[in-house]
Amino acid sequence: MCGSEPDHDRELFSALLEDSAEDLYENAPCGYLSTMLDGHIAKVNGTLLRWLGYEREQLVGRLRFADLLSVGGKLYHETHFAPLLRMQGHVGGVALEMVAADGTRLPVLVHSTVKTGGDDQPLLIRTTVFDASDRRAYERELLRARQVAERERDEIRRLATTLQRTLLPPVLPAVPGLETATHYHHASPFEVGGDFYDLFPLADGRWALFLGDVCGKGANAAAVTSLTRYTLRSAAVYDPDPATVLTNLNTVLNQEQNGGHSRFCTVTFGVLAVEPDRCTLTLAAGGHPPGLLLRADGTAEYVEMPGGQLIGILPDARVVTTTVHLSPGDTFVLYTDGLTEARTGRDTRYSEEDLLEFAATLPPVSASGAVSALVGLLDRLGKGVEDDTAVLAIGVPAR
Amino acid sequence: MDVRSRNNVTVTGNADGPVVMLAHGFGCDQTMWRLVVPALAETCRVVLFDHVGAGKSDLYAWSERRYSTLDGYTRDVLDICHELELRDVVFVGHSVSAMVGVLAAVAEPATFAKLVLVTPSPRYIDDGDYRGGFSAADIDELLDSLESNYLGWSAVMAPAIMGNPDRPELGEELTNSFCRTDPEVARVFARTTFLSDNRADLDRVTVPTLVLECSHDVIAPPEVGAFVHARIPGSTLVTLDATGHCPQLSAPEATAAAIASFVADLR
Repeated sequence: MCGSEPDHDRELFSALLEDSAEDLYENAPCGYLSTMLDGHIAKVNGTLLRWLGYEREQLVGRLRFADLLSVGGKLYHETHFAPLLRMQGHVGGVALEMVAADGTRLPVLVHSTVKTGGDDQPLLIRTTVFDASDRRAYERELLRARQVAERERDEIRRLATTLQRTLLPPVLPAVPGLETATHYHHASPFEVGGDFYDLFPLADGRWALFLGDVCGKGANAAAVTSLTRYTLRSAAVYDPDPATVLTNLNTVLNQEQNGGHSRFCTVTFGVLAVEPDRCTLTLAAGGHPPGLLLRADGTAEYVEMPGGQLIGILPDARVVTTTVHLSPGDTFVLYTDGLTEARTGRDTRYSEEDLLEFAATLPPVSASGAVSALVGLLDRLGKGVEDDTAVLAIGVPAR
Repeated sequence: MDVRSRNNVTVTGNADGPVVMLAHGFGCDQTMWRLVVPALAETCRVVLFDHVGAGKSDLYAWSERRYSTLDGYTRDVLDICHELELRDVVFVGHSVSAMVGVLAAVAEPATFAKLVLVTPSPRYIDDGDYRGGFSAADIDELLDSLESNYLGWSAVMAPAIMGNPDRPELGEELTNSFCRTDPEVARVFARTTFLSDNRADLDRVTVPTLVLECSHDVIAPPEVGAFVHARIPGSTLVTLDATGHCPQLSAPEATAAAIASFVADLR
C-alpha cells in the first residue's frame, strides 16, 4: 500500500541522493569532456575513456578534442563547430565520429558550451558526448531507402521518356514543295504529357496533319493520346475530309468514356494539297487554339475558327472548318496551350494577344525559323511553362 | 540576376576609405567576419557577401555545374566588383576564398590593389614532396561522410524550428544558422574546396599579397603557409599566435590589426 512505510522510502531516497557528484560525473551515461579554449583536453570522465579505450594520462594535457575525431570530423570541427562555438557560446546536436585507441569509430552526437568567468571572458569548453551508434545505423537505413527511391525515380523518368517518344513521330516525312518543323517541350521529365502531332501522306497524293492536346497528364492521358493519334490516322484513310475525321474521333472517344476518366482533347486536323508554288490547307478544329498565319508580306494573323467544341465530351461535338491558302514565303503554325497559358508572374499568364504580338515580329519567316523563335520564347518563359507544349509549322519556301 | 541579392552583398564602414572585400570560406557565411568588421570599418569601406549556397545568398542561383570549380566563385567576386564599381579592392579571402582571390586577381589585376590570404591552402592533399596536410584517403573520407550526409547537424535543428511554429525564422536565427548549409551545396562546395589544386596560379599573382596564417592550424599547417609565401612574388607572411583555422574568430584583434596595417601600407 502506498505510503505505508514513509520513513523507509525517505531513507532509500536519501541514500540515492548521497550518490556523489564525482560518481555522477565519472560514470554518467554519456561522455564528459572539458577542454581549454585551444582545444587541449583538461578533464574527461570515465565513461568516455571506457568508450574510447584510453587511459586518462594519454588524453589530459596531451591531446585536443579534435585529435579524437575522424579526419572528416576534424575538418568539420574546424570549419563549422569551432566557429559556431565561438560565435554562439554553444553548439548542439552535431553528429561526428570519434576514433577509439584501437582505431575503431564511434558515431557520436556532441553538445558543447563555453563556460565563462565573472567578467564574461571565456574560460573553457564543456562538451557532452552521446553514443549514436544505433541512431547512425538507423540513418544509414534511411539513406539506403532514399537511394532506392532515387533509383526508382530515374526509372520512372526513363519510362516516361520512352512512352512519350512512342506518342510522337520520330521524324516527319519530307513533303515535296513544303518545309516542315516541329518542337516538343516537356514540362516534366517524370510525366507523359498529352500533346501530340503528326504529318502523313494520303492515298490521293495530298497530305494530312494534326496537332492536339489531351486533357490531363500521366498514364491515362498517354493512353488517350495513343488512341487519339491512331484513330486520327485510321479515320483519315477511310475519309480524309477534316470534319469527318474529327467527328469520327469524337465518336471513338465518346465510346471510350468509362471508369470515371474524362477522355477528351482539343485538336486541329488539316489536309494539305501542295501545288507548284502554293498550298491549300483545309482545317477542322475542335476547341483548339487558333493557328498562326505568318505571311511573306510581313503580317501575322490568327486563323480563327470559333465555335468548335472539345472532342470527346459531347455525343455530337461541333467541328468547324476553314481553308487557308499558303503562297511562297507564307508559314502556318499550330501550337498547344502550354505556350499561351505559361505563367509570366504571380497572377499573370502569357496570352494569345502576347503570342500574336510576338509572332508579328517574325515574318517573313520559314517554318524552321518560326519554330526556333518559339523555342527561344519557351526558353525565356522558363519555369512559367507549366504544361507540355507542341509546335508544328509548315511553310511554302520563298522563291 | 541581381548580383547584390544573389550574393547578399552588404557594404558598411567609411564610404571614402579604401575598399576591403571580405570573403568567407567553406563552412559558414559572412558572419564569420563579425568580430573584425568594427575595427576595419573605422577606416575602410567594407564589402561583405555570402557565396552562393551559403548564408542568405539566393539558393536559386546555385547550380552544381557553376559551383563545382572555383571559377564559378571567382566570377561571382568579379561580378560584385563590377556591379558596385569597385576599384583598388583589397580582397581578404579566408580559407578556400583565399584561392578565389588569387584567381580573381590573376584574371583582373586592374581591379585589385592587394590580396590578404587568411589561412590559405592551394592544395589540401599531399603530392610528392608537397605537404598539404591530408592524404587522398583523408579527403575521400570527408567527402564520403558528406555524401552520406551524417556529418553535421542532426535533427536537433527541427525542434528548434518547431518550437516557434509561427516564427520559424526565430528558431533558425538562434540555432547554428550561420553555418548551416544545404547538404547538397555543402557536398559540392567541399568537393570543390578540398580537391582543388591552385599551386600553379600562385606565381601569377602580381598585386602585393599578405599571407596570414595561424600558429596551430590543422587545415592549413605552417608548411602550407610557407609554400604560399614562397610562391607569390614579394608576398609578406604573418603568423598569428592563434589556434584553429579561423583567426578572425580566435584572434580577431590581431587579425583586424594585421589587415588594417596592410591596407594602410597601400597609401
